[in-house]
Amino acid sequence: MTRHAFWSLWGWPLVLAILSGAGLVGGLLGDGAWDWLTWIGLGVPCVVAVWFGLRGRSTR
Amino acid sequence: MTPRALRAWSWLHKWSSLASTVFLLVLCLTGLPLVFHHQIGQWLGTEVVSPPLPGGAPRVTLDQVMAAAKTRFPSKVGMYVSQELDDDTIWYVTMGDTPGSATGLKQVAVDARTGAPLAEPKLDRGLMFVVHTIHVDLFLGPWGKLFLGFMGLLMLAAIVSGVVLYAPFMRKLRFGEVRRERSARAKWLDLHNLLGIVTLTWALVVGATGIVNTWADLVIEHWRDDQVARLLSHYRGMPPVTQSGSLEKAFANARAREPAMKIAFIAFPGTAFSSEHHYGVFLRGRTALTGRLVKPVLVDAITGEVSASRPAPWYMDALLLSQPLHFGDYGGVPMQWLWALLDVLTLIVLGSGLYLWLGKRGPVRRVLASDLRSAAR
Repeated sequence: MTRHAFWSLWGWPLVLAILSGAGLVGGLLGDGAWDWLTWIGLGVPCVVAVWFGLRGRSTR
Repeated sequence: MTPRALRAWSWLHKWSSLASTVFLLVLCLTGLPLVFHHQIGQWLGTEVVSPPLPGGAPRVTLDQVMAAAKTRFPSKVGMYVSQELDDDTIWYVTMGDTPGSATGLKQVAVDARTGAPLAEPKLDRGLMFVVHTIHVDLFLGPWGKLFLGFMGLLMLAAIVSGVVLYAPFMRKLRFGEVRRERSARAKWLDLHNLLGIVTLTWALVVGATGIVNTWADLVIEHWRDDQVARLLSHYRGMPPVTQSGSLEKAFANARAREPAMKIAFIAFPGTAFSSEHHYGVFLRGRTALTGRLVKPVLVDAITGEVSASRPAPWYMDALLLSQPLHFGDYGGVPMQWLWALLDVLTLIVLGSGLYLWLGKRGPVRRVLASDLRSAAR
């Protein structure tokens, strides 16, 4: 698999996985700013799921 | 990926999912209201609230709290006294016929400032009790719990194999692409892949921590055999305590050891969280993280003197940290809604997976077979 093909396939899933992981762990560590990390970390994947799930990306 | 490897991963994904889907649907459906159990308790009027009093109002002793609870259930004995993480104005006293009872438990909520009984939360009936029990053990007791844990393991296998299969299926599509104008099957396959990969981390974490929670009883039993028995070996052979000394004194002595900590709960002699001769006083820290962990202090039930105080072992910490990660109760109301949304997205992944499998039977099967062939190429 070429480098380009790898990132076009796994780029977004990796970003979302890292965000979710940071959110899940971050919230455990503290309150305040840590809570925001959680909300953003888990919120972005939710927004992505709802956005593409409802609208879909048009096929080429 | 070789066609052979692809077939093997498909086989694993299909059978690990099929065997667990019905139970995972039940877990997601019952988990949804459990995310909001505090709010639902408020609507149903089952949530205990203490009357507002000035901040520095004096506190009654735990002996008075126990006496107040006893007036409600004179024939029962104390098992646990606990406080919620975020409310120190209420003591919850759990009582049973014996300290080791598993059924017929009663609870009295007592005002920590006035010693007045506030409510008797029902431990074995009500809507949320039914939902919670289905979620935890399907009303099948310890074996039901372990069975659901096994379903969780299958879920992890389905997630891992699903991620492996994501690559061949998505190779020709951009991220988030859903082929709506093609067949319904193509659309749901793309949605299944999209929602599955987006919820991946959350589902792995909630699944794995759920599995850990099914082992809670075993972990506590092990702690009792491993730590408590060893720390208290010189009590071995002594007759069980029949008449305990002052609970307040035991509590005060335990707290003097760790003045910066708050109380989580106290276990009476003979319960799962103590020995036959001790109160198990479980203290917790005051920060977001340490508030989730406990430090057990074992106090002689007759003299009220501390016998042993040692940090909880790693497996107890692991169990306690797996709880918030499963419940999603550590980021306020926004977190509850995110948990609920991720739960619903997981329901759609489960439902669409089932739909794709059902649709495969019949002529559509050939379509998937050709999909798989082109994916393997």
